[in-house]
Amino acid sequence: MGLESALGEGYLTSRVDNLVNWARANAAWPMPMGLACCAIEMMAFAGPKYDAARFGSEVMRFSPRQSDVMIVAGWCTYKMSHAIRRIWDQMPDPKWCIAMGACASTGGMHRCYGVVQGVDNFLPVDTYISGCPPRPDAVLHALMKIQDKIKTEHSVMLDT
Amino acid sequence: MNLELSDSLQLTIDELSDKYSDKLIEVYQSSGDTFARIEADALLDVCTFLKEEHHFVYLSDVIGTDRYTSDERFEVIYNLLSLKNRDRLFLKVRCNEENPEVDSVVPVWPGANWNEREVYDMFGIRFKNHPDHRRIFMPEDFQYFPLRKEFPLLGIKGSIELPNTTPDTE
Repeated sequence: MGLESALGEGYLTSRVDNLVNWARANAAWPMPMGLACCAIEMMAFAGPKYDAARFGSEVMRFSPRQSDVMIVAGWCTYKMSHAIRRIWDQMPDPKWCIAMGACASTGGMHRCYGVVQGVDNFLPVDTYISGCPPRPDAVLHALMKIQDKIKTEHSVMLDT
Repeated sequence: MNLELSDSLQLTIDELSDKYSDKLIEVYQSSGDTFARIEADALLDVCTFLKEEHHFVYLSDVIGTDRYTSDERFEVIYNLLSLKNRDRLFLKVRCNEENPEVDSVVPVWPGANWNEREVYDMFGIRFKNHPDHRRIFMPEDFQYFPLRKEFPLLGIKGSIELPNTTPDTE
């Protein structure tokens, strides 16, 4: 298997963008921000049955410095929002964000003064997942959407 | 009064109505629990009496209520438990909207400290002589009392700060 048998001693040409995006899309390490019951489904997403390793996202990094995708799983209070934003600011670019479940997306059933009505009030969310909590497959779907998004990005920019 | 009480609780109620006949407003039962409403100025005396004489050594909870009435708007409910006699008694006091203030029962039950802070935080009922009278959940500079009836469900926009969305470096 592999390209080398088909190519012999030849070579391939591609754009640097394609190569970089391919690498980034298949190694999107999640930063788990487990705040409530959605975190349990997020663990199942990383576990053997749903196997996020197929997409290169099996390593939950509990350090923001080493992660690419923040999964906000659960309802977020105003008090917690400052901690989340701080962690988000510590993640190196490029980075993406998944709002997992109804609460992280809109506040969900926590329609009250203490809960932020959607984490997009202070985070640039890329993918929203519906459900309460969403199934692990839905998290995989969101991850695939993020991969699609990464693959269309202009990663290498000429400094003019 | 037609109450179904255990012997020990009956004794408690009898002595309470004897000793504090002018302070005891009503005694009633609802859903199997016993409630006694008293004048707010007798709260500390009654609490000390119940703890010392009738073994209500455990204060399970302190609850605030907004009755949303024009007089005596707020109510504070003390959930007392006698571990020795296995009796539970709810003690109620009321206070008005202009000056919502009740004596603190921390001198009797030190555990009331955080419960009273919670009631203050949510309803704005002040507790006289409380040792640490601060908010417990909401930010210190928050100006409202969230569980009052006139407070909107979703809060007041901008009253609690959201994080700054531009990074420190920029």
